[in-house]
Amino acid sequence: MRVMAQVAMVMNLDKCIGCHTCSVTCKQAWTNRAGVEYVWFNNVETRPGQGYPRRYEDQEQWHGGWTLNRRGRLTLRTGGRAKRLLSIFASPVQPELNDYYEPWTYDYERLVEAPLGDDFPVARPKSLITGEDTKVTWSANWDDNLGGTSELGHLDPVVEKVRRESEDKIRFELEKTFMFYLPRICEHCLNPSCMASCPSGAIYKRAEDGIVLVDQDRCRGWRQCITGCPYKKVYFNHKTGKAEKCTFCYPRLEVGLPTVCAETCVGRLRYIGVFLYDADRVTEAASVPDEKDLYEAQLDLMLDPQDPAVVAAAREQGIPADWVDAARRSPVYALAKTYRVALPLHPEYRTMPMVWYVPPLSPVVDLLREQGHDAEDHGNLFGAIDALRIPVEYLAELFSAGDTEVVTGVLKRLAAMRTYLRGITMGTGADESVARSVGMTGQAMYAMYRLLAIAKYDERYVIPKAHEERGHELEELGCSLDYDEGPGMYESAAFGEASGRPVPVAVETFHALRQRQTSEDIAPPDEMRGRVNLLNWDGVGTPPGLFPHKDVAHPDGAPARAEHGRDDEGVVR
Amino acid sequence: MDVVLWGVLPYLVVVTFVGGLIWRYRYDQFGWTTRSSQLYESRLLRIGSPLFHFGLLFVIIGHVVGLLIPESWTDAIGVTEDMYHAGALGIGTLAGIGTLVGIVILIVRRRRTGPVFMATTRNDKLMYAVLTTAIVTGLVVTTIAFTAGHDAHNYRESVSPWFRSLFTLRPDVDAMASAPLQFHLHVLLGLGLIALFPFSRLVHAFTAPMHYLFRPYIVYRSRDRRPTPGASAPRRGWDPVGTRDRDR
Repeated sequence: MRVMAQVAMVMNLDKCIGCHTCSVTCKQAWTNRAGVEYVWFNNVETRPGQGYPRRYEDQEQWHGGWTLNRRGRLTLRTGGRAKRLLSIFASPVQPELNDYYEPWTYDYERLVEAPLGDDFPVARPKSLITGEDTKVTWSANWDDNLGGTSELGHLDPVVEKVRRESEDKIRFELEKTFMFYLPRICEHCLNPSCMASCPSGAIYKRAEDGIVLVDQDRCRGWRQCITGCPYKKVYFNHKTGKAEKCTFCYPRLEVGLPTVCAETCVGRLRYIGVFLYDADRVTEAASVPDEKDLYEAQLDLMLDPQDPAVVAAAREQGIPADWVDAARRSPVYALAKTYRVALPLHPEYRTMPMVWYVPPLSPVVDLLREQGHDAEDHGNLFGAIDALRIPVEYLAELFSAGDTEVVTGVLKRLAAMRTYLRGITMGTGADESVARSVGMTGQAMYAMYRLLAIAKYDERYVIPKAHEERGHELEELGCSLDYDEGPGMYESAAFGEASGRPVPVAVETFHALRQRQTSEDIAPPDEMRGRVNLLNWDGVGTPPGLFPHKDVAHPDGAPARAEHGRDDEGVVR
Repeated sequence: MDVVLWGVLPYLVVVTFVGGLIWRYRYDQFGWTTRSSQLYESRLLRIGSPLFHFGLLFVIIGHVVGLLIPESWTDAIGVTEDMYHAGALGIGTLAGIGTLVGIVILIVRRRRTGPVFMATTRNDKLMYAVLTTAIVTGLVVTTIAFTAGHDAHNYRESVSPWFRSLFTLRPDVDAMASAPLQFHLHVLLGLGLIALFPFSRLVHAFTAPMHYLFRPYIVYRSRDRRPTPGASAPRRGWDPVGTRDRDR
């Protein structure tokens, strides 16, 4: 047993109102740059719908994820290593920009600079790719709220599959429509196929927290990961020629803060916590022959943090005590394993995804209410769950490789929770039999209700910090002054903007500052001495010390600083 | 003049090439990429790119064999000049034409597809010019050899000995000077290409991911260790966006 820690997320889909706040804040934080205009580390899809990029779930077309070969061994769906290398010169199945959308902006300048005339000036859409006028025909959420579903609904790969397998058709007429939102980020899989398809070995899983990252220095732009990821959550930065993906906001996580998407989630539907899992058994679990067993196999990987043997093994592997403690209080472990209400997205891709979803009960509840039934009564709800094949089958295709029993079980537990809590709030008393009917105790049911419905901040997010003694190893956030032509921005290097030495991220880092403040020396041999803190600079003129001095070595080797570069008029030449 | 071209220049090129590669590897890991444009267009790329790359692989193998293996060795195993000539011309022409067709497709694609052309730097254009003319002169050399038949200049008695003599630091300038003009042109362009290599997108060839065949599928990596407190080696890759970003 090799215990490793994995930071994971659970999303409670019943609470998602599809406001896209997560997408927008994520975009502002991470992909507000040239080359990644079309990139959404976080996006919210309306289901049924095509998703982003369009029809990404159709692996017949995109060849993402893993499959079992004839000998029952796990292989990439795109083929083995030799085949990958031979097709490296032109990736056979890579999504093009058309499968995402052509990013655009508007010619706002025209609004203010147009000459006075009889007509109002118009801000035309301009392509961010070609710079030419463009026609906006698609975007990251073009089919939001079932927009255009009557025309395009059949293009949803899940709808296609459910239709193929069931005789009755899913109808998209408004009165029969069901709908829910599916926010998606990178799954930070235990068995990531993007990593396995990366020829350079640039994609790695952090040993400490399981976050999957792309090493920007080692990525060579072979773009195999984009094909490899079945969720299409690795993107190609077309300016730098490197792959980029969701980072699980690791700089925030390292200091104990939730990700930006979770922090800003209006519905408070995201949970972040730690799993302890057995890394040695991941491949075995991902190789179970029957796709429908994958969910159980994945659950089995998650180790019980209360088990003393697990704790001992974790300590032996060097997992810090507070991480083990966080694993004990982990909301994601509770929802996924204790209550068994959180399911992985598309386990049939065999990547062991680590973003889990509590499937929505609301399509069922809404339907019952519209038909005039008591939508809170567990009897009615149970009956409806059994009777409503379409939503259940659809959810099963998403969350349990088509196994409707798993989804039904989860929905029944959620339904029982409603009834049980109604008993309490209405004063008719807690009905233990309701809890028992889904194999739970009343106490567990109440705890689950607290976690799902009340969802206090410190119960939703149990994030152990990276360790203080390792603090200096933390990778930092970018500098806010590094915007275009900003003071932190350096000139492009020889091969265009994507080349050359990295821009220093921190102008003055916390540690450098502290070092200086606590130093014994009055004038420590410190590079930063006499330098302007750009955070306090008002942007007017060039005060002395704005630019680094050109060091002229003294005979004794010490850099001559006081003598030049800084004169009394405060002018630097 | 001959001494400068065939005695000095090759060493300058080698220094530029090796020094440039080391410098770029240390200085510009982030810029070291294929700069793929498949996101913009992939229909033509799917034909042109493999044609060009695989053709080029054969061309390179042909050059290595032709330049490094002395004629006496092939004679020793009983390969006559005619057999060698026919084989080299046959394979060379095929590979050369494949490469040429491939690069023509790629250049046409680059020029005709708006987004791809937008993403083409001056560096790229220079590289394409040198690369294409090198390939064309190479094919010219081959064609002349074809038409001349038996009377063709045997480069294994001029260019190849000169090339090998470069390694012994006693360049056989006279041998190279005796080769016809088309060889001179081709070699010069080849030297230009080699000098350009570290400074253009061609560098991606040097990180051809052969180790992919041997590495484990799943890569675990610990957070990087940093030597000094505060002086965290900054990561690159998060260039800011601007409204005028296309002009930069």
